[in-house]
Amino acid sequence: MAEIIAGVGTSHVPAVGAAIDHAKGDQPYWAPFFDKIAPAREWMAQAKPDVCIVVFNDHASAFSLELIPTFALGVAQTFQPADEGYGPRGVPAAEGHPQLAWHLAESLILDEFDITIANKMPIDHGCTVPLSVMYDQPEAWPCKVIPLCVNVIQYPAPTGNRCYNLGKAIRRAIDSWPGDERVAILGTGGMSHQLQGERAGLVNVDFDLAFMDRLVSDPAGQAQVDHTEYLREAGSEGIELVMWLIMRGALDEQVREVYRAHHVPTSNTSNGLIILENAANDPITAPLTEAA
Amino acid sequence: MNADSPERAPSDREPREYDDIPGTYVFDGQHSRLGYALNMFCMSLNEADNRDAFAADPGGYLDRFDLTAEQRAAIEERKWLEMLQLGGNIYYTFKLAIFDGLSMQQVGASMSGVTFEEFSQMMIDGGRSADGNRYQHEWDGN
Repeated sequence: MAEIIAGVGTSHVPAVGAAIDHAKGDQPYWAPFFDKIAPAREWMAQAKPDVCIVVFNDHASAFSLELIPTFALGVAQTFQPADEGYGPRGVPAAEGHPQLAWHLAESLILDEFDITIANKMPIDHGCTVPLSVMYDQPEAWPCKVIPLCVNVIQYPAPTGNRCYNLGKAIRRAIDSWPGDERVAILGTGGMSHQLQGERAGLVNVDFDLAFMDRLVSDPAGQAQVDHTEYLREAGSEGIELVMWLIMRGALDEQVREVYRAHHVPTSNTSNGLIILENAANDPITAPLTEAA
Repeated sequence: MNADSPERAPSDREPREYDDIPGTYVFDGQHSRLGYALNMFCMSLNEADNRDAFAADPGGYLDRFDLTAEQRAAIEERKWLEMLQLGGNIYYTFKLAIFDGLSMQQVGASMSGVTFEEFSQMMIDGGRSADGNRYQHEWDGN
């Protein structure tokens, strides 16, 4: 059967994508951030998942206010980078995995998660930046991609608990797939940030680090945190963190934290990254440490 | 006034528990209804042909959307904070900022009433602390 080999939580800040696209990684502003994510790239190069399920939110790219699906699963053969107003990012199109994606759709819906099925869904920075964070600039993404788009822009986003339980249903779907794919699941967005209003620029590092701690050791507890607390403590856009709970739900109850990075700022955002493996499995890599 | 009229004023909001978060416009249903045309105008700028049309004839292009006079003026004068107050969502209004060649930090500076240099330095220094910025009453009287 297919296997979930790991979960990754990562921010999906567009400025990070732009820094990669325009070779700014060595600049003083960016170098400390890229030093911190280097071990995650090393892990990814060794883990070599066949498929990445990328849980992200669209930012007025594929979906407008005309239609606002809470959960939209991409079943297409290919997903093109979206034009967010600058012209599309110069990154490879993502190759989908329609057979597995359709299995996920069927399994999730019969498991009472009424997701929307998307045959055409351009992917914006929410999906492409995490791929760049983990893979840098390959000619083609070295994995197949199943995008799972979550509405977090139009209030209310799905609850943390709903997201956590959706992750568990994704796990059941992967466990029941007869293929032998090794699957990683990426929960993206966050961490604390507020782009809008007079309170723009809010960062709450204490919240972010506590979130990562609880994601590892008490995800069911973290899943009970309500929207108002995210809005107040992590900023209006910090609510994206509920998407990390989908990733966490797809893992075993006991996980091993193999890497964590945190950096302020990337643009207007507190940036976090965490890699989790199921504790019952052998470690994928030797222990990772941040470059000195 | 009809509750669904685009003329509906922001002050007509039904209260929500997050309303006491200062300087924050939660994009809920009430807000979304108010800002539908404004946000859909912004969304249209995802398409290169529309960007060209807007650049060539801003007034004529805005005529295509059912904007209130206030929304139209806020767009024309690039009042980023006011656009939010009139129902805009930052991910949508940012499409207009992209059109203008602005960064999110420049828009953030405008919305929070500081210079770009001040805003950018605040982020480098660790961002705006949550302390003192959680509740409206912490801002009142300042």
